[in-house]
Amino acid sequence: MPGLKLGKNSKPARSEQPDESRRNFLKASGMTLGGLIVGSVFGGVLTDNLEKNNSPAPASKPEASLQDALMFFNQEQFKMTEAAVERIYPEDENGPGAKALGVAFFIDHQLAGPWGYNARDYMMGPFVQAQATQGEQSRLKRNEMFTLGLEGLKSYCQQKYKKVFTELEAQQQDEVLTAMEKGDKFPMRGVTSSSFFKMLRSLTIEGVYADPLYGGNRNMNGWKMRKFPGNQMSYAQQITKEGLVQMKPKSLQAHMSE
Amino acid sequence: MGWVGGIIAAELTKAGIQVVGLERGKSRSTEDYFMDHDELRYARRFELMQDLSKETITFRNSESMRALPMRSYGSFLLGDGLGGAGSHWNGQTHRFLPYDFEIYNQTVERYGKGKIPEGMQLQDWGITYDEIEPYYDKFEQVAGISGESEANPMLGKRSHPFPTPPMKKTPILQRFEEASKKLGYHPYMIPSANLSENYKNPDGISRAACQYCGFCERFGCEYGAKADPVVTVIPTAMATGKLEVRTFSNVTEILHDGKKATGVVYINTVTGEEVTQPADVVVLGSFMLNNARLLLNSKLGTPYNRKTGRGTIGRNYAYQVNSGRAVGFYDDEEFSTFMGAGALGMEFDDFNGDNFDHSDLKFLHGAGIRISQNGLRPIENNPAPQGTPTWGKKWKETTLKYANRVLTVATQGASLPWKHHYLDLDPTYKDIYGKPLLRITFDFEDQDRELTKYLADKAGEVMKEMGPSHVEIKDKLDPYNIVPYQSTHNTGGVIMGADPETSAVNSYLQMWEAENVFVVGASAFPHNSGYNPTDTVGALSYRAAEGIQKYLKQGGMLV
Repeated sequence: MPGLKLGKNSKPARSEQPDESRRNFLKASGMTLGGLIVGSVFGGVLTDNLEKNNSPAPASKPEASLQDALMFFNQEQFKMTEAAVERIYPEDENGPGAKALGVAFFIDHQLAGPWGYNARDYMMGPFVQAQATQGEQSRLKRNEMFTLGLEGLKSYCQQKYKKVFTELEAQQQDEVLTAMEKGDKFPMRGVTSSSFFKMLRSLTIEGVYADPLYGGNRNMNGWKMRKFPGNQMSYAQQITKEGLVQMKPKSLQAHMSE
Repeated sequence: MGWVGGIIAAELTKAGIQVVGLERGKSRSTEDYFMDHDELRYARRFELMQDLSKETITFRNSESMRALPMRSYGSFLLGDGLGGAGSHWNGQTHRFLPYDFEIYNQTVERYGKGKIPEGMQLQDWGITYDEIEPYYDKFEQVAGISGESEANPMLGKRSHPFPTPPMKKTPILQRFEEASKKLGYHPYMIPSANLSENYKNPDGISRAACQYCGFCERFGCEYGAKADPVVTVIPTAMATGKLEVRTFSNVTEILHDGKKATGVVYINTVTGEEVTQPADVVVLGSFMLNNARLLLNSKLGTPYNRKTGRGTIGRNYAYQVNSGRAVGFYDDEEFSTFMGAGALGMEFDDFNGDNFDHSDLKFLHGAGIRISQNGLRPIENNPAPQGTPTWGKKWKETTLKYANRVLTVATQGASLPWKHHYLDLDPTYKDIYGKPLLRITFDFEDQDRELTKYLADKAGEVMKEMGPSHVEIKDKLDPYNIVPYQSTHNTGGVIMGADPETSAVNSYLQMWEAENVFVVGASAFPHNSGYNPTDTVGALSYRAAEGIQKYLKQGGMLV
């Protein structure tokens, strides 16, 4: 993989004012090297732009990671989630969006796991309407809330646009999400639309920036966009340096291969 | 078994006394932190914290509300497993001020009784700074605290220098130092339990220096550089052969005859068996909330009655007031804010305690004003100026721009006790064993709002001096809300003092109502200061260890 400009061995250096073009970002982050077939992203905007920029296209279509399969969502739920998180964290000149970063897979895996089932939360009753200062008091598990949230999203779009969410224009999708966030006549069962939006937003940020081992932050591209070096064992030599020290990021996988 | 249990076990076993340590969680060692640099697992999914499905607390702002359970983590985090909260702390190791221990007398002396507002239950600790100083010193030597030993006019005197030099003074810290000195304040390096250099403590335990990896609070330290009971006092105790640690052993009740304890009952959570463990002395060293809960569930000591003011168990619950802050955005500079250590920072105390005149102010005490470089991790730190959309293209762009361009001058304010802030048993909600949960009744008061506003303005002056493109000052304090994380500096409930009418334990942490029971921890704080609590918890643990040895020799009340 072509590293960041700074090269190997995490050699520290002063930061330069970052104004990387997306093309540079993509080159630097090695995005074309595979593992990125997320939904339809491979035929999407990123590749188109790369080709326009005469970047070398992969000789053959890389194979998807065998881990890119679903534990919780059905296909429709997955696609809806993928489209929604892309609006929350869109692909832009800074680099990939939530879709290409694998955030929908991240969310799928989280909902299927202990967090999605509230395994370590207090779930005994009675369940009583809370004041705003007392926190969530739902009898539902997070993954049940998420399912009902998507159901609400689906019927809202059906009612208002006679379309499914994934077929809407980006701007319409933003309108839908804005209404959902505001809780503006956005009926849902078992969860308010604004708390569903909050969960969706929070999961998106986690999926963008958590270690890639959870299925998001593909190729550490979430970290690269913000120059976060991930899992480093020591900054003892760098921490007294002025400015931003840039380093080639490492994920936790580095520990397995060391 | 955290700091309290570990320290007391180390001191007693070194003196030849047999100790059984009952830990409800699992055992833990530095090897368990192989995959430690995982923000999602540790900081967001709370790997090191207590399993709330088994036990939590309930909360209400006031008596007019119905208390409801804290179903998932937010405002504070409860440790679990060997090391307890001493495994997931940051390592900031401040002493309290001489003023703290005599807060009532000194307030009355300087400002008159009328200065204390109606309902504020201010009281002295039954121990002075000079009396507790040797125990602070002991803890700091054992933990290897790194700090600046030069006399600081804002702080109490030290009998010995810190055992290790201060942490590295990074460019960010230097900038804070210059700005605050220019304004006439007295900044110093925060005393740190993240070792500045390799260190061998008086018990012969050697540990390695901090690597500034940026994963401290909510994480364990894979190097053992952060002082944690698991790498300090517990091995010291184990080496004597006199400590038996029983993990997966959840104490549910203290057995007693109304005057003395005879032992405890615990559930072996592996087999489900209920086990009775007899004891000559029982030490409660769990997190402060559970110390109070165990006493209430065991019907040991007189519960605090908020209406009559009588009784002591549950009295003076306090917290921390830390909403005031100033955030500086730098359009033309970037910093390595992802590097850091839990206790890497600088602070000044010119507006802490009674270091400044309160005559014309509508609050007592104050806050430390500080900059920290703890390591900003990407899920939890996405700063953007006010008015930025909270999602979408603009949000992404802005948070990426400012990812390494924001510094914060924060305040950590004292939380003073009120008659109507207390702990008792919840009438409705139970744990998995059917025992009532602890109920917290707490809110912020006008005192806290005034303090926040005043201190945030001071923080703002420093921040502006540090040359950012623009500054946002957060000086509003909303009602206490259990959802956003604020601080794990919960205090009180089983407080110390000189008077059995208004305190549960004496200055040796010995229960007034049961002479062979010692209740140790931040549960003993009659109020909370503008500092992190662990140094004081450590000092009180050494004090209690001395008291227990005295008690085993002579019996009776030690005070």
